Amino acid sequence: MAIKTPVSLNGALNVPEPAAAADRSAPTRPEAFDAVAAMPEQPAPSPKLQIRGLNVFYGTFRAVRDVDLAIPGRSVTAIIGPSGCGKSTFLRTLNRMHELIPGTRVGGSVRLDGADVYAADVDPVELRRLVGMVFQRPNPFPTMSIYDNVVAGVRLTGRRAKSELDGIVESSLRRAALWNEVKDKLKENGTSLSGGQQQRLCIARALAVDPEVILMDEPASALDPIATLRIEELIAELRETYTIVIVTHNMQQAARVSDQTAFFTMGDDRAGYLVEFGPTSRIFTNPQHQLTEDYVSGRFG
Amino acid sequence: MTAFSPSRLARRRSGSRLPDRLFRGSSRALAWALVVSLIGLGAMLLVNGWGAFATFGPGFVIGTDWDPVKNIYGALPFIVGTLLSSAIALVIAAPIGLLTAIFLAELAPRRIAIPLTFTIELLAAIPSVVFGLWGVFVLSPFLQSTIEAWAVDTLGWIPIFAGPPFGVGLFAAGVILSIMILPTIVSIAREVIGSIPNSQREAMYALGATRWEVVTRAVLPAARSGIAGAIILGFGRALGETMAVTMVIGNAQRIPQSLFDQAQTIASQIATTFNEAQVGIQTSSLIALGLVLLVITLGLNVAARVLVGRTATGAGGR
Repeated sequence: MAIKTPVSLNGALNVPEPAAAADRSAPTRPEAFDAVAAMPEQPAPSPKLQIRGLNVFYGTFRAVRDVDLAIPGRSVTAIIGPSGCGKSTFLRTLNRMHELIPGTRVGGSVRLDGADVYAADVDPVELRRLVGMVFQRPNPFPTMSIYDNVVAGVRLTGRRAKSELDGIVESSLRRAALWNEVKDKLKENGTSLSGGQQQRLCIARALAVDPEVILMDEPASALDPIATLRIEELIAELRETYTIVIVTHNMQQAARVSDQTAFFTMGDDRAGYLVEFGPTSRIFTNPQHQLTEDYVSGRFG
Repeated sequence: MTAFSPSRLARRRSGSRLPDRLFRGSSRALAWALVVSLIGLGAMLLVNGWGAFATFGPGFVIGTDWDPVKNIYGALPFIVGTLLSSAIALVIAAPIGLLTAIFLAELAPRRIAIPLTFTIELLAAIPSVVFGLWGVFVLSPFLQSTIEAWAVDTLGWIPIFAGPPFGVGLFAAGVILSIMILPTIVSIAREVIGSIPNSQREAMYALGATRWEVVTRAVLPAARSGIAGAIILGFGRALGETMAVTMVIGNAQRIPQSLFDQAQTIASQIATTFNEAQVGIQTSSLIALGLVLLVITLGLNVAARVLVGRTATGAGGR
């Protein structure tokens, strides 16, 4: 298990929990907690994504309110919370996918390695190559082969040399833990795969454009438990290289895969807001906020 | 909790059964009546047109003379005229219709797309004969003095652009038809494009695609069979169109030699000559002509529906 660089917004929250601390939500694989518990004390590096005062509006409705969050690089950040609390909306503001919905406005700032992604000179098309996305349901392109699905994003950049594409296909599928299953049928249609394989194909497709951040919007919620487990194992491997932000409904999943967890909930005005953010082990075992405790212990949501 | 009572159960059933059966029986009968009338229509054409097939054999379809004086009937000029006028219509209407559908489904904001869609679909409500009048008094003279005159002058050495520019003729019929089939192509293609799940668009956007790339690489490939179906349905509509074509095609019973030549279609030939046709082989030949048209359009419609259905069910990803 890799040692992560733990970062929390305020050092006071950065208290390693013993792995033995009872997880009240569900049994989880202990390694996830071991890693956190074994974290050495380090100065916090500057965050990969720095979100400040983020508000999202659909027309006049405020969907997300005043989010401040610092997401460290090369780690997995889980976003949990009840339905309708703006988790997915928040995720989509990180690579400006929210702009595809007419009438959406954002206030505040999101900085990627210090650069404001909403700056006038930032092209959302370029941003999305750095900040890729995996969706709730596997969505391979149905008219494309497995091969063409993987390089669909690469071809957008004009690279077409076959040897280069071949290499990208193999390395992306290997990193997505799908190569061995599909290497003999790269010409087959992407939709011929099982749901879990399709989702890993979509992850390979996202990796192929060489992003730095990968946003995952409930990537396993449409999959069966075994396919889910494979996706979680894959996430554990990918965090060596990438910054992963994952929205999940599944608290056990958040506990298993993430290094830090952000808990969102919905206020009286139906706007989602961030309640608490910290190392995953602490959020699940020693939440600071009553709402978080109620949620992770299954008393609400 | 109430006890389960067999007597109550029995009463309810008998009370609702009769209307249920009546409703099911009558709707089933009406549904079958439609199927039977289609079969009856085909049988009528086959029985009454049989004389022509029996007399001329394959010559009825490949013969080039249609001569009531000598009582020789070959349908090839009309088949060619029908296919060519419809093909011209398609060459014009398919790209315009597809681009319009893309604009309406993908690019236009709702407040523009909705009235524009409504207006385009209104085109389908204009009576054929009104299109014909417009074709005779506006379109044909316009084509004759502009496009046709120019094409004959500059490209006339190419056989298909050879003169003289009549105005009324194959090209005018094709242009009229293209306008008439545009609503069909636009509305079906727009629906097919609209049925492509948003997850496909998002997948492409998330890879760093521009809007153009999303349309050309994610939406159109997924919609391609449905779009082909829309175009074929438009083609089918053009094949059977009668009134407007009759008024502008020139009604010449010969295989057209150029784009601007006068010609005749199957539907137009039936409509213009049926009243004066002699009972016997001439009438039989016209009915056989109708059967030929029915076979062509039915075949195309079946193909088109299969294609449209394939998009609706096979888009994948959702």
